[in-house]
Amino acid sequence: MDKIKINTPLTESICRKLEAGTEVLITGTIYTARDAAHMRLLNLIQTGESLPFDLEGQIIYYAGPSPARPGEVIGACGPTTSYRMDDLTEPLLRLGLKGMIGKGQRSPNVIKQIQTHGAIYFTAIGGAGALIASRIIKSTPVAFSELGAEAILKLEVVDFPAIVTIDTHGQNLYDHHTKN
Amino acid sequence: MRTINVNDVKAAVSHACIEMNYEIDPKVLAAFKRQRSLENSKLSVNILSDLIENAAIAETYKAPLCQDTGMIVAFVRLGQDVHFEGGSIENAIQEGIRIGYASGYLRKSVVEDPLIRLNTGDNTPGVIYYEMTEGECFEIEIAAKGFGSENMSKSMMLKPSDGEEGVVAFVLETVTKAGPNPCPPIIVGIGIGGTLDKAAQISKKALFRNLGEPHTAKHIADLEQLLLKRINELGIGPQGLGGLTTALAVHIEVFPTHIAGLPVVVNINCHASRHQKIVL
Ligand code: SF4
Repeated sequence: MDKIKINTPLTESICRKLEAGTEVLITGTIYTARDAAHMRLLNLIQTGESLPFDLEGQIIYYAGPSPARPGEVIGACGPTTSYRMDDLTEPLLRLGLKGMIGKGQRSPNVIKQIQTHGAIYFTAIGGAGALIASRIIKSTPVAFSELGAEAILKLEVVDFPAIVTIDTHGQNLYDHHTKN
Repeated sequence: MRTINVNDVKAAVSHACIEMNYEIDPKVLAAFKRQRSLENSKLSVNILSDLIENAAIAETYKAPLCQDTGMIVAFVRLGQDVHFEGGSIENAIQEGIRIGYASGYLRKSVVEDPLIRLNTGDNTPGVIYYEMTEGECFEIEIAAKGFGSENMSKSMMLKPSDGEEGVVAFVLETVTKAGPNPCPPIIVGIGIGGTLDKAAQISKKALFRNLGEPHTAKHIADLEQLLLKRINELGIGPQGLGGLTTALAVHIEVFPTHIAGLPVVVNINCHASRHQKIVL
């Protein structure tokens, strides 16, 4: 199958059509958040405060880039391992998050929540930080800049390469090959 | 007696930190290309193609190959007839790391206290081992170690009776459990023998060897080949999404051990295998 182009924001009906194993090129806006930013977001949700961006239809990218050189948009920006965010994911899906990009397995609960909320877990290629950076055309700090590489950034991306890894039908590309 | 100015050490270390993060090891690049021609799924072929393109972009735009630019590990080989002037060798190496990570726009990923976890802001300290030797030699083998793969590494104190079979089983179990997390294709460093700490140290040292260069002892080189074959038969594949290329190489180092023990440490490295040798 050829690579499919998709645009953000995502909707539930787009997500429900995507199948594990499909390679996609994402264009639009995505937000970075890793461990520390997730904990901050969850705190805000718990205390009933407003979030720094509306999650509805959005994609969160588990990434902490290296520093940008002067004149460059961003440094290397590949994915980090996703399992560390497993226990912090459900509340975000409840608020309308529709996509996550990372690398590695997810927990059974995240897989279930992805089905319930009609979202998608994409993986990006770990260690392809320079290639991925070349598909990012703009980077704007959104929140928690004191966290350095862990701050939330709003990224404008063009043809960001990712793989649909866990879909709304409960298919998981990682299981697929281990069963074979 | 030979005299070396520590400023030369500092400059060489900072240069190595930058260069190894921007430029792919040519042997890894060759292995990507070889494996791409062997893979039979489109997804695996595309992943390896993307990694090849990643290396080209990193070199052209002077961007790091991976955003996790690692924690520095260095093995220093120091001849006993070398004298240093201008300061301490330890400080010079740490200062070299500091300068390299700042001027190379590399990510600072080291926290001061492992429990309090405040970033040191300059990627120091690196982990430095010193080995004394005769004569006037001075060499530093230096690597930037990513933690996606470091976190998947494991140690095990096997019984002598577990033998080679026990080692094979433990390595395969470790690689299977690691799955997609260490960003396969991986390079597997294995230390066998010594004490718990020695096995860990030589498993790290094994990762510095030229990719795929066999051990000099035939039975160890054979074990490396056997393990590489068995690991690639696991089917984990590039990025853990299935395929023939789970590991690019297996490197084993051994050390004499106690009659009662068989320590084994498996140190996993990702394909972003960033290491250099400095000879002054
Ligand atoms: S495991 Fe290696 S390739 Fe993967 S993110 Fe870490 S440093 Fe990069």
